[in-house]
Amino acid sequence: MSTRVYLSRDASARSLGAESVAAALATLAAPIELVRIGTRGMIWLEPLIEVETDAGRIAYGPVEPSDLPSLLAAGFLTGGAHALRIGRVDDLKWFQSQQRLTFARVGLIEPTALADYLGAGGYAGLTRALGMAPGEIVKEVTDSGLRGRGGAAFPTGIKWKTVLEAEAKQKYVTCNADEGDSGTFADRMLMEGDPYTLIEGMTIAGLAVNATHGYIYCRVEYPEAISTMNAAIKGAYTGGYLGADVKGSGKRFELSVRVGAGAYICGEETSMLESLEGKRGEVRVRPPLPAIKGLFGQPTIVNNVISLATVPVILAKGAAFYKDFGMGRSRGTLPIQLAGNIKRGGLIERAFGVTLRELLYDYGGGTLSGRPIRAVQIGGPLGAYVPESQFDTPVDYESFAAVGAMLGHGGIVVFDDTVDMAKMARYAFEFCAIESCGKCTPCRIGSSRGVGLIDNLLAGHEPAHQRRLIEELCETMLQGSLCGLGGMAPFPVRSAITHFSEDFVPRTRH
Amino acid sequence: MTSDETGHQALVDAAVGRFRGEPGPLLLVLHAIQTELGYIPASTVPAIATALNLSRAEVHGVVTFYHYFRSHPPGKTTIEICRAEACQAVGAEALVAHAKKSLGVDFHETTADGAISLEAVYCLGNCACGPSMRVGGELHGRVTAARFDALARPETRK
Repeated sequence: MSTRVYLSRDASARSLGAESVAAALATLAAPIELVRIGTRGMIWLEPLIEVETDAGRIAYGPVEPSDLPSLLAAGFLTGGAHALRIGRVDDLKWFQSQQRLTFARVGLIEPTALADYLGAGGYAGLTRALGMAPGEIVKEVTDSGLRGRGGAAFPTGIKWKTVLEAEAKQKYVTCNADEGDSGTFADRMLMEGDPYTLIEGMTIAGLAVNATHGYIYCRVEYPEAISTMNAAIKGAYTGGYLGADVKGSGKRFELSVRVGAGAYICGEETSMLESLEGKRGEVRVRPPLPAIKGLFGQPTIVNNVISLATVPVILAKGAAFYKDFGMGRSRGTLPIQLAGNIKRGGLIERAFGVTLRELLYDYGGGTLSGRPIRAVQIGGPLGAYVPESQFDTPVDYESFAAVGAMLGHGGIVVFDDTVDMAKMARYAFEFCAIESCGKCTPCRIGSSRGVGLIDNLLAGHEPAHQRRLIEELCETMLQGSLCGLGGMAPFPVRSAITHFSEDFVPRTRH
Repeated sequence: MTSDETGHQALVDAAVGRFRGEPGPLLLVLHAIQTELGYIPASTVPAIATALNLSRAEVHGVVTFYHYFRSHPPGKTTIEICRAEACQAVGAEALVAHAKKSLGVDFHETTADGAISLEAVYCLGNCACGPSMRVGGELHGRVTAARFDALARPETRK
């Protein structure tokens, strides 16, 4: 009898050599059935292999092809002792202390196998939704307290209600999978690890607002996510979960993937809609809201991957179950991504309320370099830099706003004490200049001017005057930009200046 | 019409034909062409415009808006290095400096022998194990200077 061995095919695992491990496993003189799965989220242990034994799935990692002979000699196929043996992932405090609701199946099942999805509780949410009126589905999502996980944290149910109540022959459900924020990979990990969850969530969204067509707008930088989603969509059509008659309900829902082309701005919802229409991804002036006049001028749901992928568990287990997690007005769980200079980087799904300090030290183990953490940037390139004095802030939308920061999409980028914060502030402006869609002046011109002002300051040309100009520029961009790119680029700049002002002084030439 | 241009016309026709039923198909068509040729030749722009009932300016505007679309052929292999914050936190800047020096080119340039084009990218979603880069579309994490050299010029490896 062959032994089942699980190995991730997630892009991060592949980037660390999972494919060569897979090839080496195939040459082992042992009866192995290799199953490729998503990642458990312990990226520092990838490539991680899990062996199915009588005592459960025993993990070993990080594995290199050259480790396999000694693993085999140690009897890893029956869970034998080895320097790389981690034991059962479920027993690790790192894993046990999480609340995996949205990511419940990621890393456990074969991602594109519909039977595996169904066997692990998949499509229970859709089954329930098919017996409900659209307004009831919307109410369930509203009652769950789910807020947009893309970053804006707008209540999902309220957005859906607007689309439901809009009169139109054609409505759309669009999924924003243009995950461009540095430090974030939750969307990618979900799409690669459990694509049917997203398909199910979008199908439920379609039923909730009477939309018959859906699009997943995925960034071109995610080829594995695109191919996995496409394979799962095909499986869902074959299984009768998509198409003209979803599971015999008489309701239609068609779904396809559209691929971006390397523009960060297309993560902004109106820019994404323009891009989906085949145009330049230039931001639209709001109002009208996309919920009223969105894709091709029709009422449109625009939600992030994680928001939509959370809908199935809400429908399957009920609004009350989901709402029971969290704190204050932040209900449920947030997939948090630990990135950058961190010892144990990866994805942690926890109920709101966990503190930054717990995440950085208990889960993350401090920096990879072993040096002290000096700053963390949260919420992507437009998020604030947070100093050590604020590490006790709980992960909660309102608590973060209170310290002038934002959670965004839950990405945390860690920097050690060698970071030059003036350089990071300059980069924030530079990034904004590279990615600006060019439609509004504060963003298009302001970002380039910001780079110059920081250069002038560091070169010692009237530094006090430059500081004043930077502050004025930040205010102009914040107040005058059309969208969050120009409107939020001041956040990393201002927070860097506020918390790390010692870095914003003229540099002496050597 | 050169044979290249005839070939391009056939390619445009095929791509447009394939996506005719799709609403807003321009990006789909451009992706199909770039996948095939590695770039979007300027000579295809009028054909795409005519086929999709758009102006040439609209097509040109879209091609030039998106960083991913190229108007010129890339080198044999494209190397994309992530410049975003998470990779910067683990030494991306030093890796970029090494890459430029080692290849003798700047970003958006191709080595003299036409072998390698160097590009900057802003996040590959591999942020827990940077610095990250892609070589010919294949993603690599925890890239050191030595690993860069081995991946960039595998033929020089002993």
